[in-house]
Amino acid sequence: MTDLTNLTLAEARDGLAKGDYTSVELTEAHLKSMEAHRNLNAYITETPDKAIEMAKASDTKRAKGEAGKMEGLPIAVKDLFCTQGVQTTAASHILEGFKPEYESTVTSNLFGNGAVMLGKANLDEFAMGSSNTSSYYGNVINPWKGKDGKDLVPGGSSGGSAAAVAAHMALAATGTDTGGSIRQPASYCGIVGMKPTYGRCSRWGIVAFASSLDQAGPMTKTVRDAAIMLGSMAGHDAKDSTSAPMAVPDFEAALTGDIRGMKIGIPKEYRVDGMPEEISKLWDDGVAMLRDAGAEVVDVTLPHTKYALGTYYIVAPAEASSNLARYDGLRYGQRVMDEGDSLDDMYMKSRAAGFGKEVQRRIMIGTYVLSAGYYDAYYNKALKVRRRIYEDFATAFGTVDAILAPTAPSAAFAIGENEGDPVKMYLNDVFTVPASLAGLPGLSLPAGLSSDGLPLGLQLIGKPFDEETVLRVGGVLESAAGFTAKPFGQEG
Amino acid sequence: MTYIIEGSTGPWEIVVGLEVHCQVVSKSKLFSGASTTFGNEANTNVSLVDAAMPGMLPVINAECVRQAVKTGLGLKAKINKESVFSRKNYFYADLPQGYQISQFDKPIVGAGTIILDMPDGSTKSVGIERLHLEQDAGKSMHDQDPKYSHIDLNRSGVALMEIVSDPDIRTPEEAGAYLTKLRAIVRYLGTCDGNMNEGSMRCDANVSVRRPGEPFGTRCEIKNVNSIRFVMQAIEIEAKRQVEVLEGGGEIVQQTRLFDQRLGETRAMRSKEMAHDYRYFPDPDLLPLVFDDAFVSEIEKELPELPDEKKARFMRENGLSAYDAGVLVAEKEKADYYEVVAKGRDGKLAANWVITNLFGALNKAEVGIAESPVSADNLGKLIDLISDDTISGRIAKDVFEIMIETGGDPEKIVEEKGLKQITDTGAIETAIDEVIAANPDKVEEIRAGKDRMLGWFVGQVMKSTGGKANPGMVNKMLRDKILG
Repeated sequence: MTDLTNLTLAEARDGLAKGDYTSVELTEAHLKSMEAHRNLNAYITETPDKAIEMAKASDTKRAKGEAGKMEGLPIAVKDLFCTQGVQTTAASHILEGFKPEYESTVTSNLFGNGAVMLGKANLDEFAMGSSNTSSYYGNVINPWKGKDGKDLVPGGSSGGSAAAVAAHMALAATGTDTGGSIRQPASYCGIVGMKPTYGRCSRWGIVAFASSLDQAGPMTKTVRDAAIMLGSMAGHDAKDSTSAPMAVPDFEAALTGDIRGMKIGIPKEYRVDGMPEEISKLWDDGVAMLRDAGAEVVDVTLPHTKYALGTYYIVAPAEASSNLARYDGLRYGQRVMDEGDSLDDMYMKSRAAGFGKEVQRRIMIGTYVLSAGYYDAYYNKALKVRRRIYEDFATAFGTVDAILAPTAPSAAFAIGENEGDPVKMYLNDVFTVPASLAGLPGLSLPAGLSSDGLPLGLQLIGKPFDEETVLRVGGVLESAAGFTAKPFGQEG
Repeated sequence: MTYIIEGSTGPWEIVVGLEVHCQVVSKSKLFSGASTTFGNEANTNVSLVDAAMPGMLPVINAECVRQAVKTGLGLKAKINKESVFSRKNYFYADLPQGYQISQFDKPIVGAGTIILDMPDGSTKSVGIERLHLEQDAGKSMHDQDPKYSHIDLNRSGVALMEIVSDPDIRTPEEAGAYLTKLRAIVRYLGTCDGNMNEGSMRCDANVSVRRPGEPFGTRCEIKNVNSIRFVMQAIEIEAKRQVEVLEGGGEIVQQTRLFDQRLGETRAMRSKEMAHDYRYFPDPDLLPLVFDDAFVSEIEKELPELPDEKKARFMRENGLSAYDAGVLVAEKEKADYYEVVAKGRDGKLAANWVITNLFGALNKAEVGIAESPVSADNLGKLIDLISDDTISGRIAKDVFEIMIETGGDPEKIVEEKGLKQITDTGAIETAIDEVIAANPDKVEEIRAGKDRMLGWFVGQVMKSTGGKANPGMVNKMLRDKILG
């Protein structure tokens, strides 16, 4: 039998349906792979016993003819999703030991459809980062290696999820994307990642970073896998007021492979100064592939793009500074206090000890931009610009069906490379942030290799709630790019 | 009515605006399904949302929105069909989220009016600036343990309506009248039970003083006063304090103060410079609150007759004075009681009995209208017994006293005690003849022109009949016999 961890989600689904193997076998193979790749630190918490138990239950369900859409498929869950009875940390010390008594809507949907949880994937603390170097539980190492053999970042914040999928430690993983946290690590790790439209997946039970931006999505080996998994994650949830009351389409059915006559936009503002030659080339290659497939490629303009990153780094920290106020050492998580301390002493000590540097930085930025006297200049202005950015896209989508752009300005970089320069670190999000601010669906798929042999992703951005078009174009681009490279040490 | 503080350097006028927090009558909390029942064991009415567990999200309770709109309509206020929930950020142990979800620049209800009914029967209009919905905090208890404070989250997330008045109030009495009227309105509407002692209605008073006609002075906010009487006292005491400070050459510092009813003083809680920067911003977990005209008009249809309309109707239909009508409508239960008594009867007579006799007796016994031993039906019957001459007004007062004591039916009391009025001319004549025969000298005095003595004779006849003789008949027959 071939290594079951090499299967795609779709292949595994079909193999299970045919009875080629059981969910227990599939799950055991992945648990073995997790053991073998523990050096990558992709998981904060492994849940092998729970996985086997869920796999057994799944096999029984299948035997009764009650298989769901994700029946028996072992996945990793980003440790930002609250999972009932399983430690949920958000990669923060402040939540160490926290075991929710509830299951997030997205994981509940997935488990309800038969998915098996392998463990909780590592991430940047509270999903704040682009390198997965801010986790209290240690850095995640990208399974890919550059020519110099240095350890590379997997991207972030869903770095553990991306590494787990890339290293075949899970068939797929859940991610969350606030400013690029699914797409950028997908690009760095050579996998597919999709941020659906804001409101497509419920945020209930996901530890909040920036409520108006956070959105869950699938991280998978193929576009088809993303379509399958998204269909299982999505759906209206009355417990989330921002969840869209819309039916979930059959995303897999959208993969017709036919994009003839479609119009694809190329935003000229994304061609930023100093863009590496290989990124430019990758983008041009993507354009050629879409043209060859019968799409019409046209230039579009998104004039406010240059303000997107600045806007994002006001809006997201502002919301985060408020969202993270609940971690006060009172009801759950870490509490630090000494004899005779006042309530304020306890807050300060618990939060100073519980939050890492990047989280503290963003809480301070967020607090500052919301402060009396600065609110209009920063937060209010940012909201106005955000509206303009949305309008830019709305105008562009008046003429095109989807937009093609690079996912990130570079391939994965070495761990430690951008530390100490937060602004440079924030630039990793330059191509992903605009779609986040506009709430639009975005898909990253591996389309080529850098000169250093590292994966590079292309990004497709679609109209609100038109994930189907994004997936259809993505499927075509995936076939045309024929990306088959595997991380160092995983070939064969 | 003017209220002037005569200082040593001249007169001062007080300016007051009130912020009243009314707990919304609803089964569950503003953004969670947890119960709002008062008095449950600590931390039993708490959902995951109220405890601010990670990843929990608020969902608006439509019932609370309806109640806020209803209250807005009752305050004749502008209803904002689009409003926005914002977060007010501050750290406190009884605020699990680290922010209170409130409404900031876009409240659900805008400008409105409350008409105050003053004790002298006059009215005064006070502007309402706004009404907004917000979450209540939990309760901190500092007396449960020598080292630690205890927190009860039962109240955390319960819906409050904060109703802010314009600074139109000029006397402590007006502040009292404002609170009384506001309480009456929300109780009529059933949107808040208005129990200040249970904390379901709480008042903050903004007080400043100025020379008459001059611009507003610097204000101090007196927090969380828990009875109407205390609010009036607090305003009076705080205004005097401010006058003393100003006349002593000092300056009023804008600050939050606490009223100590025991010591009869206000004292600073924290000064505003030290106050939090609440960093209000729109809550990204909630969409703007939007509803249409149909939603408002549905609620409008459910509106009961409110105190002002009821008062006007009592004056118009029953010929009551503004004062009497105002007293009757002050509480819906009182007005309802009166309406049962007045139905098919003389409205003014009914009002007289209800206000003077019944309310007098209830006040003396310190019970509310709901606990009245005399039912409205029975009081009505008593009035009928007077109207059809079964008993005299004087006997009626005796009967009423028995009713207050026993709660009995007036017809039965009259029957059992043999209090029926004597209207038999023969029986009255006999009694008159006896009195005349016994007092020939007094008869002569009357005949000599001392008319006032006639009253003495009426009294004697009433006395000899045990008060049961019809006084009108006695009077007429005496007159006929002596002067006839």
